[in-house]
Amino acid sequence: MPAAPSIAVQHLRKVYGEIVAVDDLSFSVPRGTVLGLLGGNGAGKTTTIAMLLGLLEPTGGSIGILGIDMLKRRYAALPRMNFSSPYVDLPHRLTVRQNLQFYGRLYGVKDLRHRIVEIAEHMQVAPFLDRAAGKLSAGQKTRVALAKALINKPDVLLLDEPTASLDPDTADWVRGYLESYQHETHSTILLASHNMGEVERLCDDVILLQAGKVFERGSPRELLERFGREDMEEVFLDMARGRGRGLDALKPDGGQP
Amino acid sequence: MSGSLNRIYALVLRHIYLWRSSVMRLVDSIYWPAVQMVMWGFMTQYLLPQASFVAQAAGVLLSGLLLWEVVVRGNLSLSIAFLEEIWSRNLGHLFVSPIRSWELATGIIIAALLRTLLGMIPVSLLAWAFFGYSIYTLGLPLIAFFVILQMFSWSIGLAMSGLVMRVGQSAESFAWAAVFVLMPVSGVYYPVSVLPQWLQVIAWGLPPAYVFEGMRAIMADKVVHWDMLAIAFGLSVVYLVVGFQVFQWFFRSSRRAGSLLGQGE
Repeated sequence: MPAAPSIAVQHLRKVYGEIVAVDDLSFSVPRGTVLGLLGGNGAGKTTTIAMLLGLLEPTGGSIGILGIDMLKRRYAALPRMNFSSPYVDLPHRLTVRQNLQFYGRLYGVKDLRHRIVEIAEHMQVAPFLDRAAGKLSAGQKTRVALAKALINKPDVLLLDEPTASLDPDTADWVRGYLESYQHETHSTILLASHNMGEVERLCDDVILLQAGKVFERGSPRELLERFGREDMEEVFLDMARGRGRGLDALKPDGGQP
Repeated sequence: MSGSLNRIYALVLRHIYLWRSSVMRLVDSIYWPAVQMVMWGFMTQYLLPQASFVAQAAGVLLSGLLLWEVVVRGNLSLSIAFLEEIWSRNLGHLFVSPIRSWELATGIIIAALLRTLLGMIPVSLLAWAFFGYSIYTLGLPLIAFFVILQMFSWSIGLAMSGLVMRVGQSAESFAWAAVFVLMPVSGVYYPVSVLPQWLQVIAWGLPPAYVFEGMRAIMADKVVHWDMLAIAFGLSVVYLVVGFQVFQWFFRSSRRAGSLLGQGE
Protein backbone atom coordinates (compact mmCIF):
# COMPACT_ATOMS: atom_id res chain seq x y z
CA MET A 1 0.00 0.00 0.00
CA PRO A 2 1.58 3.33 -1.04
CA ALA A 3 2.44 5.78 1.73
CA ALA A 4 0.03 8.70 2.20
CA PRO A 5 1.33 11.88 0.60
CA SER A 6 2.81 14.51 2.90
CA ILE A 7 0.48 17.13 1.46
CA ALA A 8 -2.91 16.31 -0.05
CA VAL A 9 -5.03 19.20 -1.28
CA GLN A 10 -8.49 18.60 -2.74
CA HIS A 11 -10.65 21.19 -4.50
CA LEU A 12 -9.16 24.03 -2.47
CA ARG A 13 -10.90 27.34 -2.97
CA LYS A 14 -10.54 30.81 -1.47
CA VAL A 15 -12.89 33.62 -2.33
CA TYR A 16 -12.72 37.21 -1.07
CA GLY A 17 -16.04 38.78 -1.97
CA GLU A 18 -16.02 38.84 -5.78
CA ILE A 19 -12.38 37.83 -6.08
CA VAL A 20 -11.48 34.18 -6.49
CA ALA A 21 -7.91 33.90 -5.19
CA VAL A 22 -7.64 30.12 -5.40
CA ASP A 23 -10.02 28.15 -7.58
CA ASP A 24 -10.54 24.39 -7.23
CA LEU A 25 -6.88 23.58 -6.60
CA SER A 26 -6.03 19.90 -6.16
CA PHE A 27 -2.58 18.40 -5.79
CA SER A 28 -0.60 16.05 -3.64
CA VAL A 29 3.06 15.99 -2.69
CA PRO A 30 4.66 12.59 -1.99
CA ARG A 31 6.88 12.29 1.08
CA GLY A 32 10.48 13.28 0.53
CA THR A 33 9.91 15.38 -2.58
CA VAL A 34 10.11 19.07 -3.38
CA LEU A 35 7.18 20.78 -5.06
CA GLY A 36 7.56 24.21 -6.57
CA LEU A 37 4.63 26.60 -6.82
CA LEU A 38 5.25 28.99 -9.67
CA GLY A 39 3.13 31.86 -10.75
CA GLY A 40 3.03 35.59 -11.26
CA ASN A 41 2.07 38.06 -8.58
CA GLY A 42 -1.47 37.37 -7.45
CA ALA A 43 -1.49 33.85 -8.91
CA GLY A 44 -2.43 32.39 -5.53
CA LYS A 45 0.92 31.03 -4.27
CA THR A 46 1.00 32.86 -0.93
CA THR A 47 -2.74 32.30 -0.42
CA THR A 48 -2.23 28.57 -0.96
CA ILE A 49 0.70 28.43 1.48
CA ALA A 50 -1.28 30.43 4.05
CA MET A 51 -4.15 27.95 3.80
CA LEU A 52 -1.77 25.00 4.14
CA LEU A 53 -0.39 26.57 7.32
CA GLY A 54 -3.83 27.34 8.74
CA LEU A 55 -3.22 31.07 8.64
CA LEU A 56 -6.12 31.45 6.26
CA GLU A 57 -9.40 29.54 6.26
CA PRO A 58 -10.36 28.10 2.89
CA THR A 59 -13.77 28.84 1.43
CA GLY A 60 -13.96 25.21 0.37
CA GLY A 61 -11.97 22.04 -0.15
CA SER A 62 -9.76 19.97 2.09
CA ILE A 63 -6.13 19.97 3.18
CA GLY A 64 -4.34 16.96 4.60
CA ILE A 65 -0.80 17.22 5.89
CA LEU A 66 1.02 14.09 7.05
CA GLY A 67 -2.37 12.39 6.97
CA ILE A 68 -3.91 14.98 9.33
CA ASP A 69 -6.98 17.01 8.39
CA MET A 70 -5.69 20.59 8.70
CA LEU A 71 -9.15 22.08 8.87
CA LYS A 72 -10.06 20.03 11.93
CA ARG A 73 -6.81 19.07 13.66
CA ARG A 74 -4.17 21.58 12.57
CA TYR A 75 -2.49 21.61 15.99
CA ALA A 76 -1.64 17.92 15.56
CA ALA A 77 0.29 18.69 12.38
CA LEU A 78 1.87 22.07 13.19
CA PRO A 79 4.68 20.71 15.45
CA ARG A 80 5.90 18.67 12.45
CA MET A 81 5.80 21.60 10.04
CA ASN A 82 7.59 24.90 9.73
CA PHE A 83 7.68 27.91 7.51
CA SER A 84 9.93 30.68 6.31
CA SER A 85 9.22 33.84 4.38
CA PRO A 86 11.23 37.00 3.86
CA TYR A 87 7.99 38.93 4.39
CA VAL A 88 7.46 37.72 7.95
CA ASP A 89 10.08 38.86 10.43
CA LEU A 90 11.38 37.44 13.66
CA PRO A 91 11.23 39.70 16.74
CA HIS A 92 14.02 42.09 15.85
CA ARG A 93 14.98 43.17 19.37
CA LEU A 94 15.59 39.63 20.48
CA THR A 95 18.98 38.12 19.78
CA VAL A 96 19.29 35.25 17.34
CA ARG A 97 19.75 32.83 20.25
CA GLN A 98 16.67 34.20 22.06
CA ASN A 99 14.61 33.86 18.88
CA LEU A 100 15.72 30.26 18.44
CA GLN A 101 15.00 29.56 22.11
CA PHE A 102 11.53 31.11 21.75
CA TYR A 103 10.58 29.16 18.67
CA GLY A 104 12.35 26.01 19.84
CA ARG A 105 10.14 26.02 22.94
CA LEU A 106 7.00 26.76 20.92
CA TYR A 107 7.75 23.74 18.73
CA GLY A 108 8.63 21.55 21.72
CA VAL A 109 12.19 20.85 20.57
CA LYS A 110 14.00 18.35 22.82
CA ASP A 111 17.50 19.20 24.03
CA LEU A 112 17.03 22.71 22.71
CA ARG A 113 20.42 24.04 23.79
CA HIS A 114 22.20 21.39 21.72
CA ARG A 115 19.86 21.86 18.78
CA ILE A 116 20.52 25.62 18.71
CA VAL A 117 24.27 25.04 18.60
CA GLU A 118 23.81 22.45 15.86
CA ILE A 119 21.51 24.50 13.64
CA ALA A 120 23.60 27.64 14.22
CA GLU A 121 26.64 25.79 12.90
CA HIS A 122 24.75 24.37 9.93
CA MET A 123 23.32 27.74 8.98
CA GLN A 124 26.57 29.57 9.76
CA VAL A 125 24.90 31.90 12.23
CA ALA A 126 26.99 30.91 15.26
CA PRO A 127 29.19 34.05 15.16
CA PHE A 128 26.18 36.31 15.67
CA LEU A 129 23.99 34.20 17.93
CA ASP A 130 24.02 36.95 20.56
CA ARG A 131 23.34 39.82 18.17
CA ALA A 132 19.86 41.36 17.85
CA ALA A 133 18.01 39.87 14.88
CA GLY A 134 17.10 43.35 13.65
CA LYS A 135 20.75 44.32 13.26
CA LEU A 136 21.65 41.60 10.80
CA SER A 137 22.20 41.93 7.05
CA ALA A 138 19.57 40.56 4.64
CA GLY A 139 21.64 37.44 4.02
CA GLN A 140 22.18 36.84 7.73
CA LYS A 141 18.46 37.36 8.41
CA THR A 142 17.58 34.80 5.77
CA ARG A 143 19.94 32.25 7.33
CA VAL A 144 18.43 32.97 10.77
CA ALA A 145 14.91 32.62 9.37
CA LEU A 146 15.91 29.26 7.90
CA ALA A 147 17.46 28.24 11.23
CA LYS A 148 14.09 29.02 12.85
CA ALA A 149 12.27 27.10 10.10
CA LEU A 150 14.49 24.05 10.65
CA ILE A 151 14.73 24.23 14.45
CA ASN A 152 12.17 21.42 14.87
CA LYS A 153 13.53 19.31 11.96
CA PRO A 154 10.16 19.59 10.19
CA ASP A 155 8.76 16.77 8.09
CA VAL A 156 7.01 19.39 5.98
CA LEU A 157 8.71 22.67 5.22
CA LEU A 158 6.91 25.53 3.48
CA LEU A 159 9.11 28.20 1.97
CA ASP A 160 7.82 31.40 0.45
CA GLU A 161 10.50 32.91 -1.79
CA PRO A 162 13.40 31.73 0.37
CA THR A 163 16.04 33.58 -1.63
CA ALA A 164 14.19 36.83 -2.40
CA SER A 165 16.43 39.90 -2.10
CA LEU A 166 19.59 37.86 -1.55
CA ASP A 167 22.81 38.33 -3.48
CA PRO A 168 23.61 35.47 -5.90
CA ASP A 169 26.29 34.01 -3.65
CA THR A 170 24.06 33.84 -0.55
CA ALA A 171 21.11 32.63 -2.62
CA ASP A 172 23.26 29.85 -4.05
CA TRP A 173 24.39 28.86 -0.56
CA VAL A 174 20.78 28.73 0.67
CA ARG A 175 19.75 26.54 -2.27
CA GLY A 176 22.69 24.25 -1.66
CA TYR A 177 21.80 23.92 1.98
CA LEU A 178 18.14 23.18 1.26
CA GLU A 179 19.19 20.56 -1.27
CA SER A 180 21.45 18.74 1.16
CA TYR A 181 18.94 19.09 4.04
CA GLN A 182 16.21 17.55 1.93
CA HIS A 183 18.41 14.68 0.78
CA GLU A 184 19.54 13.93 4.33
CA THR A 185 16.18 14.14 6.05
CA HIS A 186 13.81 13.09 3.22
CA SER A 187 11.55 15.89 4.33
CA THR A 188 8.89 17.30 2.04
CA ILE A 189 9.33 20.85 0.85
CA LEU A 190 6.83 23.13 -0.80
CA LEU A 191 8.52 26.10 -2.34
CA ALA A 192 6.93 29.21 -3.79
CA SER A 193 9.37 31.18 -5.85
CA HIS A 194 9.83 33.63 -8.65
CA ASN A 195 13.32 32.36 -9.27
CA MET A 196 13.20 29.89 -12.14
CA GLY A 197 16.76 28.67 -11.70
CA GLU A 198 15.95 27.85 -8.11
CA VAL A 199 12.88 25.88 -9.12
CA GLU A 200 14.79 23.95 -11.76
CA ARG A 201 17.54 23.10 -9.31
CA LEU A 202 15.48 22.16 -6.27
CA CYS A 203 12.10 20.89 -7.39
CA ASP A 204 11.08 17.37 -8.34
CA ASP A 205 7.72 18.63 -9.44
CA VAL A 206 6.33 22.03 -10.37
CA ILE A 207 2.83 23.49 -10.42
CA LEU A 208 2.34 26.53 -12.60
CA LEU A 209 -0.43 28.62 -11.10
CA GLN A 210 -2.39 31.22 -12.95
CA ALA A 211 -5.36 33.12 -11.53
CA GLY A 212 -5.61 30.61 -8.69
CA LYS A 213 -5.82 27.57 -10.96
CA VAL A 214 -3.35 24.90 -11.98
CA PHE A 215 -2.08 25.93 -15.38
CA GLU A 216 0.41 23.10 -15.83
CA ARG A 217 2.08 20.50 -13.70
CA GLY A 218 5.13 18.32 -14.19
CA SER A 219 8.80 17.93 -13.43
CA PRO A 220 10.98 20.80 -14.67
CA ARG A 221 12.23 18.50 -17.45
CA GLU A 222 8.69 17.57 -18.49
CA LEU A 223 7.61 21.20 -18.53
CA LEU A 224 10.59 22.21 -20.65
CA GLU A 225 9.74 19.46 -23.15
CA ARG A 226 6.04 20.27 -23.13
CA PHE A 227 6.63 23.95 -23.77
CA GLY A 228 9.54 23.28 -26.12
CA ARG A 229 11.77 25.62 -24.15
CA GLU A 230 15.35 25.70 -22.90
CA ASP A 231 14.72 26.93 -19.37
CA MET A 232 11.95 27.52 -16.86
CA GLU A 233 12.09 31.27 -17.27
CA GLU A 234 10.88 30.88 -20.86
CA VAL A 235 8.18 28.48 -19.67
CA PHE A 236 7.07 31.06 -17.11
CA LEU A 237 6.98 33.79 -19.74
CA ASP A 238 4.91 31.57 -22.04
CA MET A 239 2.39 31.12 -19.26
CA ALA A 240 2.40 34.78 -18.24
CA ARG A 241 2.02 36.00 -21.84
CA GLY A 242 -0.55 33.44 -22.88
CA ARG A 243 1.62 31.33 -25.15
CA GLY A 244 2.14 27.58 -25.19
CA ARG A 245 0.17 24.41 -24.77
CA GLY A 246 -0.77 24.93 -21.18
CA LEU A 247 -2.91 27.94 -21.96
CA ASP A 248 -4.52 26.22 -24.92
CA ALA A 249 -5.53 23.32 -22.73
CA LEU A 250 -7.32 25.72 -20.40
CA LYS A 251 -9.39 27.23 -23.17
CA PRO A 252 -12.96 25.92 -23.45
CA ASP A 253 -12.30 24.64 -26.97
CA GLY A 254 -8.99 23.07 -25.96
CA GLY A 255 -7.12 25.56 -28.08
CA GLN A 256 -8.56 24.33 -31.40
CA PRO A 257 -8.74 26.89 -34.19
CA MET B 1 7.18 20.52 31.26
CA SER B 2 3.98 19.84 29.33
CA GLY B 3 3.58 21.25 25.84
CA SER B 4 1.12 23.96 26.84
CA LEU B 5 3.16 25.12 29.83
CA ASN B 6 6.30 25.14 27.71
CA ARG B 7 4.67 27.33 25.07
CA ILE B 8 3.21 29.73 27.65
CA TYR B 9 6.61 29.92 29.33
CA ALA B 10 8.23 30.61 25.94
CA LEU B 11 5.90 33.52 25.36
CA VAL B 12 6.53 35.03 28.79
CA LEU B 13 10.27 34.53 28.33
CA ARG B 14 10.05 36.30 24.96
CA HIS B 15 8.65 39.39 26.73
CA ILE B 16 11.26 39.25 29.47
CA TYR B 17 13.97 39.14 26.78
CA LEU B 18 12.34 42.15 25.15
CA TRP B 19 12.24 44.16 28.39
CA ARG B 20 15.87 43.31 29.09
CA SER B 21 16.86 44.56 25.65
CA SER B 22 14.83 47.75 25.95
CA VAL B 23 14.28 49.06 29.47
CA MET B 24 12.59 52.13 27.97
CA ARG B 25 9.62 49.88 27.15
CA LEU B 26 8.98 49.58 30.88
CA VAL B 27 9.46 53.24 31.70
CA ASP B 28 5.96 54.31 30.65
CA SER B 29 4.54 51.70 33.05
CA ILE B 30 6.00 53.76 35.89
CA TYR B 31 6.09 57.25 34.39
CA TRP B 32 2.37 57.97 33.86
CA PRO B 33 1.11 56.44 37.11
CA ALA B 34 3.85 58.35 38.95
CA VAL B 35 2.85 61.67 37.36
CA GLN B 36 -0.83 61.03 38.21
CA MET B 37 0.02 59.98 41.72
CA VAL B 38 2.05 63.10 42.41
CA MET B 39 -0.69 65.36 41.02
CA TRP B 40 -3.48 63.72 43.01
CA GLY B 41 -1.26 63.60 46.07
CA PHE B 42 -0.90 67.36 46.07
CA MET B 43 -4.60 67.74 45.28
CA THR B 44 -5.39 65.66 48.36
CA GLN B 45 -3.13 67.82 50.50
CA TYR B 46 -4.91 70.91 49.21
CA LEU B 47 -8.38 69.44 49.91
CA LEU B 48 -7.56 68.04 53.34
CA PRO B 49 -8.35 71.17 55.37
CA GLN B 50 -11.34 72.08 53.19
CA ALA B 51 -13.33 68.88 52.68
CA SER B 52 -14.49 66.85 55.66
CA PHE B 53 -14.88 63.65 53.58
CA VAL B 54 -11.29 63.87 52.39
CA ALA B 55 -10.17 64.67 55.94
CA GLN B 56 -11.93 61.54 57.21
CA ALA B 57 -10.30 59.35 54.64
CA ALA B 58 -7.18 61.15 53.56
CA GLY B 59 -6.06 58.44 51.14
CA VAL B 60 -9.33 58.04 49.28
CA LEU B 61 -8.26 59.95 46.17
CA LEU B 62 -4.81 58.38 46.00
CA SER B 63 -6.28 54.93 46.54
CA GLY B 64 -8.80 55.56 43.78
CA LEU B 65 -6.03 56.74 41.52
CA LEU B 66 -3.72 53.81 42.25
CA LEU B 67 -6.47 51.23 41.85
CA TRP B 68 -7.70 52.82 38.63
CA GLU B 69 -4.12 52.70 37.34
CA VAL B 70 -4.27 48.94 37.97
CA VAL B 71 -7.10 48.82 35.40
CA VAL B 72 -5.36 51.15 32.95
CA ARG B 73 -1.97 49.47 33.22
CA GLY B 74 -3.49 46.00 33.04
CA ASN B 75 -5.26 46.85 29.80
CA LEU B 76 -2.26 48.66 28.31
CA SER B 77 0.20 45.96 29.31
CA LEU B 78 -1.89 43.24 27.73
CA SER B 79 -2.53 45.23 24.57
CA ILE B 80 1.16 46.09 24.24
CA ALA B 81 2.17 42.46 24.80
CA PHE B 82 0.00 41.51 21.82
CA LEU B 83 0.89 44.54 19.72
CA GLU B 84 4.59 43.74 20.10
CA GLU B 85 3.96 40.78 17.79
CA ILE B 86 2.35 43.05 15.21
CA TRP B 87 5.02 45.75 15.53
CA SER B 88 7.78 43.19 15.02
CA ARG B 89 5.86 41.66 12.04
CA ASN B 90 6.05 38.32 13.81
CA LEU B 91 2.37 37.39 13.91
CA GLY B 92 2.67 35.08 10.89
CA HIS B 93 5.35 32.95 12.53
CA LEU B 94 3.47 32.90 15.81
CA PHE B 95 0.15 31.76 14.38
CA VAL B 96 1.68 28.97 12.30
CA SER B 97 3.51 27.62 15.33
CA PRO B 98 1.76 25.06 17.54
CA ILE B 99 0.68 27.70 20.09
CA ARG B 100 -3.08 27.67 20.68
CA SER B 101 -5.22 30.78 21.21
CA TRP B 102 -5.74 30.13 24.92
CA GLU B 103 -2.01 29.57 25.40
CA LEU B 104 -1.28 32.82 23.60
CA ALA B 105 -3.86 34.64 25.75
CA THR B 106 -2.46 33.11 28.95
CA GLY B 107 1.11 34.00 27.97
CA ILE B 108 0.32 37.63 27.25
CA ILE B 109 -1.80 37.85 30.42
CA ILE B 110 1.16 36.68 32.52
CA ALA B 111 3.49 39.08 30.70
CA ALA B 112 0.95 41.87 31.26
CA LEU B 113 0.66 41.04 34.96
CA LEU B 114 4.44 41.18 35.37
CA ARG B 115 4.59 44.49 33.53
CA THR B 116 1.76 45.95 35.65
CA LEU B 117 3.45 44.86 38.87
CA LEU B 118 6.77 46.28 37.66
CA GLY B 119 5.01 49.62 37.20
CA MET B 120 2.58 49.73 40.12
CA ILE B 121 4.76 48.51 42.98
CA PRO B 122 7.35 51.31 42.57
CA VAL B 123 4.56 53.90 42.20
CA SER B 124 2.80 52.70 45.37
CA LEU B 125 6.12 53.01 47.19
CA LEU B 126 6.54 56.52 45.78
CA ALA B 127 3.13 57.45 47.20
CA TRP B 128 4.34 56.34 50.60
CA ALA B 129 7.64 58.21 50.21
CA PHE B 130 6.08 61.47 48.92
CA PHE B 131 2.85 61.69 50.87
CA GLY B 132 3.26 59.18 53.68
CA TYR B 133 0.32 57.24 52.25
CA SER B 134 0.49 53.47 51.92
CA ILE B 135 -2.18 51.73 49.88
CA TYR B 136 -1.10 48.55 51.64
CA THR B 137 -3.06 49.76 54.71
CA LEU B 138 -6.13 48.50 52.83
CA GLY B 139 -4.90 45.10 53.96
CA LEU B 140 -6.09 41.77 52.62
CA PRO B 141 -8.92 43.22 50.50
CA LEU B 142 -6.26 45.00 48.45
CA ILE B 143 -5.28 41.63 46.97
CA ALA B 144 -8.92 40.99 46.05
CA PHE B 145 -9.21 44.51 44.55
CA PHE B 146 -6.05 43.95 42.51
CA VAL B 147 -7.13 40.53 41.22
CA ILE B 148 -10.63 41.74 40.27
CA LEU B 149 -9.38 44.86 38.51
CA GLN B 150 -6.64 42.98 36.67
CA MET B 151 -9.07 40.35 35.40
CA PHE B 152 -11.43 43.05 34.22
CA SER B 153 -8.64 44.96 32.48
CA TRP B 154 -7.42 41.78 30.74
CA SER B 155 -10.91 41.16 29.39
CA ILE B 156 -10.87 44.59 27.73
CA GLY B 157 -7.28 44.09 26.56
CA LEU B 158 -8.11 40.74 24.96
CA ALA B 159 -11.14 42.15 23.16
CA MET B 160 -9.16 45.16 21.92
CA SER B 161 -6.23 42.98 20.82
CA GLY B 162 -8.69 40.90 18.83
CA LEU B 163 -10.04 44.06 17.24
CA VAL B 164 -6.53 45.20 16.22
CA MET B 165 -5.81 41.73 14.84
CA ARG B 166 -8.95 41.87 12.72
CA VAL B 167 -9.00 45.53 11.66
CA GLY B 168 -5.30 46.35 11.71
CA GLN B 169 -3.09 48.89 13.43
CA SER B 170 -5.54 51.67 12.63
CA ALA B 171 -7.56 50.36 15.59
CA GLU B 172 -4.61 50.72 17.97
CA SER B 173 -5.99 53.87 19.56
CA PHE B 174 -9.03 51.86 20.73
CA ALA B 175 -6.69 49.57 22.59
CA TRP B 176 -5.36 52.54 24.55
CA ALA B 177 -8.61 54.44 25.00
CA ALA B 178 -11.28 51.77 25.53
CA VAL B 179 -10.85 51.57 29.27
CA PHE B 180 -11.26 55.32 29.82
CA VAL B 181 -14.83 55.20 28.48
CA LEU B 182 -15.70 53.20 31.59
CA MET B 183 -14.01 55.50 34.07
CA PRO B 184 -16.95 57.89 34.63
CA VAL B 185 -19.26 54.99 35.50
CA SER B 186 -16.77 53.07 37.61
CA GLY B 187 -17.07 55.25 40.72
CA VAL B 188 -13.32 55.81 40.88
CA TYR B 189 -13.39 59.17 42.70
CA TYR B 190 -17.08 59.48 43.65
CA PRO B 191 -19.81 57.09 44.80
CA VAL B 192 -21.97 55.36 42.21
CA SER B 193 -25.00 56.97 43.91
CA VAL B 194 -24.15 60.37 42.39
CA LEU B 195 -24.75 58.98 38.89
CA PRO B 196 -28.17 59.22 37.22
CA GLN B 197 -30.27 56.13 37.79
CA TRP B 198 -29.72 54.68 34.30
CA LEU B 199 -25.97 55.08 34.60
CA GLN B 200 -26.05 53.39 38.00
CA VAL B 201 -27.52 50.33 36.32
CA ILE B 202 -24.53 50.27 33.96
CA ALA B 203 -22.09 50.94 36.81
CA TRP B 204 -23.31 47.96 38.84
CA GLY B 205 -22.73 45.78 35.81
CA LEU B 206 -19.01 46.62 35.97
CA PRO B 207 -16.64 45.04 38.52
CA PRO B 208 -14.67 48.27 39.22
CA ALA B 209 -17.77 49.96 40.73
CA TYR B 210 -17.85 47.31 43.48
CA VAL B 211 -14.12 47.63 44.07
CA PHE B 212 -14.15 51.42 44.45
CA GLU B 213 -17.25 51.39 46.64
CA GLY B 214 -15.59 48.68 48.70
CA MET B 215 -12.42 50.70 48.95
CA ARG B 216 -14.29 53.77 50.24
CA ALA B 217 -16.20 51.61 52.74
CA ILE B 218 -12.92 50.35 54.17
CA MET B 219 -11.39 53.81 54.35
CA ALA B 220 -14.42 55.72 55.63
CA ASP B 221 -16.29 53.13 57.70
CA LYS B 222 -13.59 50.49 58.33
CA VAL B 223 -15.96 47.87 56.89
CA VAL B 224 -15.06 45.20 54.34
CA HIS B 225 -17.99 44.30 52.08
CA TRP B 226 -16.97 40.76 51.15
CA ASP B 227 -20.36 40.20 49.49
CA MET B 228 -19.67 43.04 47.06
CA LEU B 229 -16.21 41.68 46.37
CA ALA B 230 -17.68 38.26 45.65
CA ILE B 231 -20.09 39.79 43.10
CA ALA B 232 -17.22 41.77 41.55
CA PHE B 233 -15.07 38.64 41.31
CA GLY B 234 -17.89 36.71 39.67
CA LEU B 235 -18.46 39.53 37.20
CA SER B 236 -14.73 39.68 36.42
CA VAL B 237 -14.66 35.99 35.63
CA VAL B 238 -17.61 36.47 33.28
CA TYR B 239 -15.93 39.47 31.61
CA LEU B 240 -12.66 37.54 31.21
CA VAL B 241 -14.43 34.60 29.58
CA VAL B 242 -16.33 36.99 27.30
CA GLY B 243 -13.11 38.90 26.51
CA PHE B 244 -11.38 35.66 25.49
CA GLN B 245 -14.38 34.62 23.39
CA VAL B 246 -14.31 37.99 21.62
CA PHE B 247 -10.57 37.51 20.97
CA GLN B 248 -11.31 34.02 19.57
CA TRP B 249 -14.12 35.37 17.43
CA PHE B 250 -11.83 38.04 15.96
CA PHE B 251 -9.14 35.37 15.39
CA ARG B 252 -11.55 33.16 13.45
CA SER B 253 -12.86 36.15 11.54
CA SER B 254 -9.24 37.19 10.71
CA ARG B 255 -8.50 33.70 9.42
CA ARG B 256 -11.52 33.87 7.16
CA ALA B 257 -10.81 37.39 5.90
CA GLY B 258 -7.06 36.90 5.48
CA SER B 259 -6.18 39.81 7.76
CA LEU B 260 -3.59 37.70 9.61
CA LEU B 261 -1.57 37.72 6.39
CA GLY B 262 -1.57 41.49 6.27
CA GLN B 263 -0.71 41.77 9.96
CA GLY B 264 2.10 39.29 9.74
CA GLU B 265 3.76 40.78 6.73
